[in-house]
Amino acid sequence: MFMTSLRPTTSSPPRADVFLVFALRALAVVASGIVLLILVFLLLESAPALEGIGLTRFFSDASWHPLSDRFNMMPMVFASLAITFGAILAAIPLGIGSALFCRYYAPPKLASLYRALLQLLAGIPSVVYGFWALVVLVPVLFPSLLAGIVILSLMILPTVALIADASLAQIPLEYSHGSAALGLGRWSMIRGVLLPSARRGLVTAILLGLARAIGETMAVLMVCGNVVQFPKSLTDPVRTLTANIALEMSYAGDLHRSALFVSGLLLMGLVVLLVAIAEGLSRGKIYA
Amino acid sequence: MPEPSSIQKSAIRKRGQVGERLATLCVWAVALLVSLVFFWILIDLFLGGVRHLSLSFLFEAPRDAGRAGGIAPILVASLEIVAVCMLVALPIGIGTAVWLAEYAGDRNRLGRLVRRSLDVLASVPSIVFGLFGSAFFCLQLGLGFSILAGGLTLACMVLPIFIRTAEEGFRAVPQAYRLGAASLGISRTSTLFRILIPSALPALSAGFVLGVGRALAETAALIFTSGYVSRMPESLLDSGRAMSVHIYDLAMNVPGGNDNAFATALVLLLLLLLINASFAWISQHHLSHGASQS
Repeated sequence: MFMTSLRPTTSSPPRADVFLVFALRALAVVASGIVLLILVFLLLESAPALEGIGLTRFFSDASWHPLSDRFNMMPMVFASLAITFGAILAAIPLGIGSALFCRYYAPPKLASLYRALLQLLAGIPSVVYGFWALVVLVPVLFPSLLAGIVILSLMILPTVALIADASLAQIPLEYSHGSAALGLGRWSMIRGVLLPSARRGLVTAILLGLARAIGETMAVLMVCGNVVQFPKSLTDPVRTLTANIALEMSYAGDLHRSALFVSGLLLMGLVVLLVAIAEGLSRGKIYA
Repeated sequence: MPEPSSIQKSAIRKRGQVGERLATLCVWAVALLVSLVFFWILIDLFLGGVRHLSLSFLFEAPRDAGRAGGIAPILVASLEIVAVCMLVALPIGIGTAVWLAEYAGDRNRLGRLVRRSLDVLASVPSIVFGLFGSAFFCLQLGLGFSILAGGLTLACMVLPIFIRTAEEGFRAVPQAYRLGAASLGISRTSTLFRILIPSALPALSAGFVLGVGRALAETAALIFTSGYVSRMPESLLDSGRAMSVHIYDLAMNVPGGNDNAFATALVLLLLLLLINASFAWISQHHLSHGASQS
């Protein structure tokens, strides 16, 4: 029998290890505290406007002229929503079509090339999309709601397509094998079996596309003309909430500045709500 | 049971076939349309930029509000902003990822809270980060318009992306490594630094590359934090103009600035492409290997 002197394993862990766990947990708390910090500062900064102006005047004032004490945000809220929904309406068929192309129609080589293209496009900065649209689209479409919708739909298309593609990939192979065994054609199989089973993933893709669209700043700032008004047609210039913040932060003071933080709070609320719904949907299985 | 006649059968089959053909046509048309539009954008940007791109463009200061000259100080400021961002994001991110992967199980309440709040953080729009950065880093901490303030704002933005990638990397380290280390009596601290971090290195570098890409692409969060000044920054407390802000400024506020905006956009795109390619390379050569072991 060999007797080796080992420290008893039941003793308390080395001091360094205790410190390690403590430090790691502290870092995690710091990282997760940032979102709280953001919320606190948005609330702090928007408190003067919420008290001094009051919530109702953001709807009921005659116009948005913050320098002469008029704070109606509704034209900009409307513009943000109009651009977002216009963009998602265009991005849904194109994005899901792209995902179907990658998964079920394209030969494997072409599919991975196309996917690489989409990934590349998802990484292009919004200011570059905005610049291209300013040079190419605006001379034709003029600075307008329509120009904003077109460029924004292009920007969120990769997001929608890639998430939809990933959720189609989650569908168990038996589903497509089964439908093939039943003699279904490719499209009947997609429409009848695969799209319904990927329903939640597709809704998630759309919601995350919406979240990206509503928070988007630079491209809409560059192509929409930035006139605060309710657009009467697609060719009218508009200003979104995000563009308004970017335009006015540099000179805003007091209540005006505070009102901009209120719009920031509103944006954050909207986006967080969309993402929360998306995550709630995809928490369970992404198919079925 | 009434059998469908053979004529009916063939009618059904024909209608099905027409639908199939139409769907195939539509899907291919969508893919073609999307590719064409995007190649149009990429080729436009390339041709617009390559005419004005030269070595001196990278090494000269901008003149005449950026219409002429190069982007040297802007490149330096961009790199400094990204460096500050990643220097802050890396330690916090790695620490959080290790804690989430190794110590906070799925049942841990604090762990779930941390994950949830990182998910929310990942979805905050960039302009809101700009508002926060200007209120917190610039005013509250008194950093003013500075590279430091811009970098710190971006660090907040990049953290959730980095942590998600890094955590997956630590989770993919085979359990046998930890058990082996424990049975040899190696302390958890040494296990972390000698075994876990080296094994998760591909995932960490992938997260790093993703974060740098995100930081380089950002504009809206930087306008009110690192500012507009296009001089060569002398310290981290100087204001510095990032490449994306430069593109925005040339396109919107400087008539006749389009040529140099194109060239700057091309430089930015090439940098991002390089980053994208290295990410693809890392994940192809290392990540799948690590995942297959687990």
